[in-house]
Amino acid sequence: MPQEPIIQLKDIHLTLKSDAGPVNILRGIDLTVQAGKTVGIVGPSGSGKSTLMSIMAGLEQPTSGSVTMAGAAIEKLDEDALARFRRDNIGIVFQSFHLIPTMTALENIAIPLELAGRADAFEVAAEKLAAVGLSDRATHYPSQLSGGEQQRVALARAVCTNPKILLADEPTGNLDGKTGDVIVDLMFELHAQQETTMILITHDDTLARKCDRIIRLEDGRVVATETPLEQVAAGE
Amino acid sequence: MNNSRRPGDNPETLRLAIRFAAREMRGSLKGFRIFLACLVLGVAAIAGVGTLSSSITEGLRANGQVILGGDIDVRLTQRPASLDERAWLGEQGNVAEIQTLRAMVRANGNNKRTLSELKAIDGLYPLFGGLTLTAESGAEPPYSLLAKTDAGYGVLVEQGLVDRLELGLGEQITIGELTAEVRGIIASEPDKASQGMALGPRTIVSTAALNETGLIQPGSLIRYHYRIALEDGLSIADFRENVSVAFPDAGWRIQDATNGAPGIKRFVDRVALFLTLVGLTALIVGGVGVGNAVRAYLDAKIPTIATLKCLGASSSFIFRMHYLQVLFLALVGSLMGLVLGIGGAMVASGFLARALPIPPEVTFQFGPLLLATAYGLLTATMFAIWPLARARETPAASLFRDTVSRHRWPRPVYLAAVAASFLAMVTLAIFTSQERWFAIGFVGAIIAIFGVLILVGNGVQYVARKIPRSRIPTLRLALANLHRPGSATNSVVLSMGLGLTLFVTVALIEGNLTRQVQEQLPEKAPAFFFIDIQSDQLDDFVATAEAISGVSDVNHVPNMRGRITRVKGISASEVSVAPEAKWALRGDRGLTYAATPPPGAAVVEGDWWPNDYTGPPLISMDRGVGKGMGLELGDNLTVNVMGREIDATIANFREIDWTTLAINFVIVFDQNTLQSAPHGHLATAKAETAAEADLFREVTNKFANISVIRMKEALQTVSRILEQLSSAVSATSSITLIAGILVLAGAFAAGHRKRVYDAVILKVLGATRKDIFRTFLLEYALLGLVTSVIAALAGWTAAYLVITQLLEAKWISLPFTIAATIFISIAVTLVFGLLGSWRALGEKVAPVLRID
Repeated sequence: MPQEPIIQLKDIHLTLKSDAGPVNILRGIDLTVQAGKTVGIVGPSGSGKSTLMSIMAGLEQPTSGSVTMAGAAIEKLDEDALARFRRDNIGIVFQSFHLIPTMTALENIAIPLELAGRADAFEVAAEKLAAVGLSDRATHYPSQLSGGEQQRVALARAVCTNPKILLADEPTGNLDGKTGDVIVDLMFELHAQQETTMILITHDDTLARKCDRIIRLEDGRVVATETPLEQVAAGE
Repeated sequence: MNNSRRPGDNPETLRLAIRFAAREMRGSLKGFRIFLACLVLGVAAIAGVGTLSSSITEGLRANGQVILGGDIDVRLTQRPASLDERAWLGEQGNVAEIQTLRAMVRANGNNKRTLSELKAIDGLYPLFGGLTLTAESGAEPPYSLLAKTDAGYGVLVEQGLVDRLELGLGEQITIGELTAEVRGIIASEPDKASQGMALGPRTIVSTAALNETGLIQPGSLIRYHYRIALEDGLSIADFRENVSVAFPDAGWRIQDATNGAPGIKRFVDRVALFLTLVGLTALIVGGVGVGNAVRAYLDAKIPTIATLKCLGASSSFIFRMHYLQVLFLALVGSLMGLVLGIGGAMVASGFLARALPIPPEVTFQFGPLLLATAYGLLTATMFAIWPLARARETPAASLFRDTVSRHRWPRPVYLAAVAASFLAMVTLAIFTSQERWFAIGFVGAIIAIFGVLILVGNGVQYVARKIPRSRIPTLRLALANLHRPGSATNSVVLSMGLGLTLFVTVALIEGNLTRQVQEQLPEKAPAFFFIDIQSDQLDDFVATAEAISGVSDVNHVPNMRGRITRVKGISASEVSVAPEAKWALRGDRGLTYAATPPPGAAVVEGDWWPNDYTGPPLISMDRGVGKGMGLELGDNLTVNVMGREIDATIANFREIDWTTLAINFVIVFDQNTLQSAPHGHLATAKAETAAEADLFREVTNKFANISVIRMKEALQTVSRILEQLSSAVSATSSITLIAGILVLAGAFAAGHRKRVYDAVILKVLGATRKDIFRTFLLEYALLGLVTSVIAALAGWTAAYLVITQLLEAKWISLPFTIAATIFISIAVTLVFGLLGSWRALGEKVAPVLRID
């Protein structure tokens, strides 16, 4: 019996109102992802990549269509239920890191664990900080860290609850090439360790090719679904 | 997953919220300077006023025996206690007897004379505290200085009398028919505060000396005090109960040491109430600043809030953790306010030390401090909930896309919380004040003005939006600045508007009262009041006065004192009476009788009695007081006159114009009822300035027993008190204005970045600094003008209502005050606006554009 997909989007539309009239951001997206897989979503600016990710994270409600994430039909959840759902199931890595400036690296990682009521929040956070190689930066504030270090902290924060799904929005967009490579390697390493399903939004085709599957978006529609040659070769 | 949480438990506990709030507050709190300043100012005002007034009241209570001169003071007017009464009083404890009256005192050496508050004491005086004399008076006990020697009786006088009559120790003075020697100068008189307003300096004589003055005549206005130090085991309540059994109709006015100086206490309570409400207004004005600061802080926190939501924080958790920060800061601000308030009270107590019977000792007053803190926290809550409730709705998706604020209203539960904190404040303000109606009126007026100002703020923005585009670019830009999102218009109109309105109201009321007392009243008022004219002196007195050229309008009426003891059969202490009529039931009042309606009053209800009326007692009464007591024509009023209870029927009501200062009485009896009672006469006379000295000299030379009150002096005393009071009120009101200015400065500072950006873009497009300066100037001037006009109108309305409706006085227009307000408002708005924009003008283009 085939496994239930962990992500299932059916005919997703999103239309935003503006003074100049309605703007169609997404126009009928269908997407199914099996647990443990990695999917790269690529496309030009304004193609709807980040919006699609917002919908998967429950940050945005589609105008129509259904979103089933980790077995839950999240389009029916209210805002607080969505927050709890994210806390328990989803980790997000942002292009701009979005660390809380008034909290140390360790405290930033501990946030989702604390919100989940975990008594061992700081022990787990310390482990994750070590996993991204920043044990010596535990008491540093974001402003005292380099961009790469900040993204490593953000990555540790995203995976600290062992989420079923990891969503990454241009995780290397604000980093230089070398630092970006380190982050990407780390992400795939953590994905492998935790068997997380990973959705990677990127402009970078090279990066997307590291994923099991590539979805190409244009103008709010899926224009192509590819399996990278590297993956085909590996499958063989 | 290692998880210690039980299923169903909400992990977003208060403790977690506190932890997150604490972490958040590690960041800069620079944006909260105005927040703190606004709270500190308002809380300090309320705490300071509360601490000072409570300390004064507590001081009065703790020293009640000294201030009153006994545990109990029994006062009779125009008659001493009967033998029975005196014997009964003696059974209750040690009794000191005192008589007080007003009398003319003449220096024999230089023939100068003045009105004095005369007090005769016995050997037991004072029962509590000490009468002290200046060092030059020697060390002999004060009472022994009063004894009769070869040089006659001794007297003790206040420094004021020494100054007025240019006296020295050992010199002779004449009081009525008594010649006495000045043997001591009073340094402090323990029971002075319990005796009401003084029209002259004090002179103390012995009871025996008073008997030789010849001033004790039938009907003379003498007050007989019996001060009692109660026997051990007899309480004040026991005494009051015993009196009601032994002498239910004696007409005594009884005061006790629990409230030794009721007049002062009432005055302190009222001033404190007003100043507390002014402090509350300052706090509400500051609340606008609090709201602005919280809004600005949360705007900067949008990414953090969105991130936390992405990481699983619920909206209510976001609200809680930020509300905790506001609450913590409000607590810090309130505590700082308390410290400042106590300090202020200490400074003010130094200034008040000479004006009060007991120098106020500022002590820790838990009640007022708690009240001030509660006001501080409630204000912060009321003004912070709105922006907090909106921040909780920050969409997590804002991290991915710039979302324009949707101007969503907070959820109903938060609107309810705003309403609840507002109601809590109003309830506190009303129920902690003793003058509930005044508090309700004040709070109602503030709410109404606040509402009007909100409408005006929105109206200005609406008009600025809708007005046809001007061809003058500076005007177009200035108007656009008034209505663009995030403009300071609403904040400025609200904060400055409320502060200015209060300022205008207080200034106009104060100006009106001062002008009435200093200019209007002296023109209409008689030059002199003459009291204690005996019936057999009346004709001679009138003839003497009228014979002096320049003297006119010599009017006289019979005069005696009486106390209202029952209203429609209900005891005066139990009857429910409107606040504005209460004064008529306190102590004794002047009474007269007349066959025809007295001048200066019109009968507005009922009929005057016939000239030859001989029936049962009738009364004509002032309508305001009568209606305040719930009286109608035909109702019964019982008045105790010299120990005799007179039941009289209300025959008519009069409308009296008190502002003429002509002789008039709340109660006028028919001519039949009181004619045979012993009484004196009261007279007034107008005199040209040149004739005043002649009239004073002639009357005091010829009639030693007649006391003369110079109206100008009395009005000067009132005017001085009014000036002192109004400077205290103005000082407190200016706190509201300062709060307004703080809010205004904060609102302009918040818009600074936008100003810099505007200025830079305008420069890129070819505008000179002068053009930009003109735009800002025009915007601030428009804002200041609108705010001041509204504040002037609102303040004028409030003051007009107070003067004409509450005080029933004539309105004097004071256009200068209005003009000054408009000027101040525009100047303040311009100065603070331009201060905030000045740097924007000088900003270089390239660095700003690079950053953006």
